[in-house]
Amino acid sequence: MSAEPGPSSTPRARELWTRQVVAVLRIELRKNFWGTRAIPLYLLCLGPVLLLAGRALVLWQGWAREDPAAAAVFYANIYQSFLLRFVLFFGCAWIFTNLFRGEILDRTLHFYFLSPIRREVLVVAKFAAGLFASAAFFVATTAATLVLLFAPYGASAALDRLLGSTGIGSTAAYLGVTALGCLGYGAVFLATGLLVRNPMIPAIAILGWESINFLLPPLLKKLSVIYYLVSLCPLPVSQGPIALMAEPTPAWISVPGLLALTAAVLLLARWRIRGTEISYLTD
Amino acid sequence: MTGEAGGIVFENVSKFYGDVLGVNRVDLAIPPGITSLVGPNGSGKTTLMNLMTGLLRPTRGRVAILGIPTDRPEELHHRVGYCTAYDSFPRALTGYQFLYSYLRVHGRMHADAQALTGRAIERVNLTEAAERRIGAYSKGMRQRIKLAQAIAHEPSVLVLDEPLNGLDPMVRSEVIALLRDLAHEGRHIILSSHILHEVDLVSDRVVILSQGYVVAEGSIQSVRREIVEHPIQVLVRCDQPALLASRIFEQDHVVEAKIVEDGRGLLVHTRDADRFYLLLNRIVVDHGIRVEAVAPADEDVQAVYQYLVGAEGGTA
Repeated sequence: MSAEPGPSSTPRARELWTRQVVAVLRIELRKNFWGTRAIPLYLLCLGPVLLLAGRALVLWQGWAREDPAAAAVFYANIYQSFLLRFVLFFGCAWIFTNLFRGEILDRTLHFYFLSPIRREVLVVAKFAAGLFASAAFFVATTAATLVLLFAPYGASAALDRLLGSTGIGSTAAYLGVTALGCLGYGAVFLATGLLVRNPMIPAIAILGWESINFLLPPLLKKLSVIYYLVSLCPLPVSQGPIALMAEPTPAWISVPGLLALTAAVLLLARWRIRGTEISYLTD
Repeated sequence: MTGEAGGIVFENVSKFYGDVLGVNRVDLAIPPGITSLVGPNGSGKTTLMNLMTGLLRPTRGRVAILGIPTDRPEELHHRVGYCTAYDSFPRALTGYQFLYSYLRVHGRMHADAQALTGRAIERVNLTEAAERRIGAYSKGMRQRIKLAQAIAHEPSVLVLDEPLNGLDPMVRSEVIALLRDLAHEGRHIILSSHILHEVDLVSDRVVILSQGYVVAEGSIQSVRREIVEHPIQVLVRCDQPALLASRIFEQDHVVEAKIVEDGRGLLVHTRDADRFYLLLNRIVVDHGIRVEAVAPADEDVQAVYQYLVGAEGGTA
């Protein structure tokens, strides 16, 4: 019985929880990177990479010309409309709703529930696994698309645009926004996976809400993840003639705001998971 | 492991799934040894098991295992192992990886988890298949790896939902022997089985369920004795069954007596087994009857189940 903890606040208990979190991470990461569940993620990530690779090929072959400044605007459009609103959204929906709902559908959640792990620790471990996997997939995709964006201008120009004094801020912003998107959408979809029997319905509702964000009045815009992510992007993108404009939220509000949303959702998940029962037939 | 505080205790436990009754007003105290839950499909066996392992919460009442409330999984599952009836596993894992991974979730260190995994796999006789993916296992092998998962962390309480399901006769007898070993080590073993004959072989006690209610519990003998509306059947193998029959018919507690087909025994139905055995001793001595064997003929789960639940045994 060497694994039994002492009182919940002791260092021994914290050491046990750490070991348990690492064990859950290993199981979940294996599923997210190597299982059949990973195939849609690889396909999603391949989309923007192929798009940018195609563009790079066109420029390399000299079939079209585009200067780096125009390329940055092109990327801002692709990033916000495709990478953030489609790839990241659906990727996070897939990863985070599957953390619990997928296990219920596979009838395997009871293996965790029959382990001596605090349910709160399980939620944190699973969320961390989802966050790690989504960040790995989508931050890597963002990085790959940025490299492909500037690759046609030659190695030294690409390095300067990506990591030089003119480009490093922009590169860091895109990578950071992607990571924050994983956090924000991850929290939202973890909650839907825990609270709703069929998470497809809320996922579609959230997609609709996020899609019409540009039409919403400023106050309602702030009740979405995409609004904060777009506010943090390095280049603003035109949202069309009928968009209702709002002042972008500064980073010192956007970043803590998304972190607060995540903390609130984890608290909600903590409450929900303690009362969760295994009754696959009714699920 | 014997004498651990509390045993398995249900105090006025009810569980409803919406309007549907799972179990109702269950009061039980289960001591160490092998206890079988017996009842038809839908009688509440799996609900009781899920309640005692914390997978379900009671709508009313309280369940505690060795003094630990079942809503504290972080303490409970160090002491409890559960082999569920769910035939599903995390994808793409070998038997070894499956056991090892979940022992790590228990918080076991690498070496400890490795040793326990090896021991559990050996106990269920799956060593050769340990490195194969569970997806390629036969039904019997999947049943054994589930059993291994339940016993791997060496729990004091083992809950087994249909553990003999899908096993061939050879493996079945191995598993029964394993359960007996575990019971002799002082563990609580709670199992459900469709096969009443095997329940009889392994159980120290039974809990008989019908439509969500506990209708009887205790040792087979004590449960049988409580069913007063059905006379107890005793088979006496002897050389003069006709003489014995004529003598015992004089007694008011003897309801029926018939000579068995081979003519070498008498099947007696009596309302008072103790008085019948005293009477039998006297008649045997007085008339010089040679008795080969005396045995209760309906002191088994099958008969008890039929009397109480009214269905054919073997389909519980």
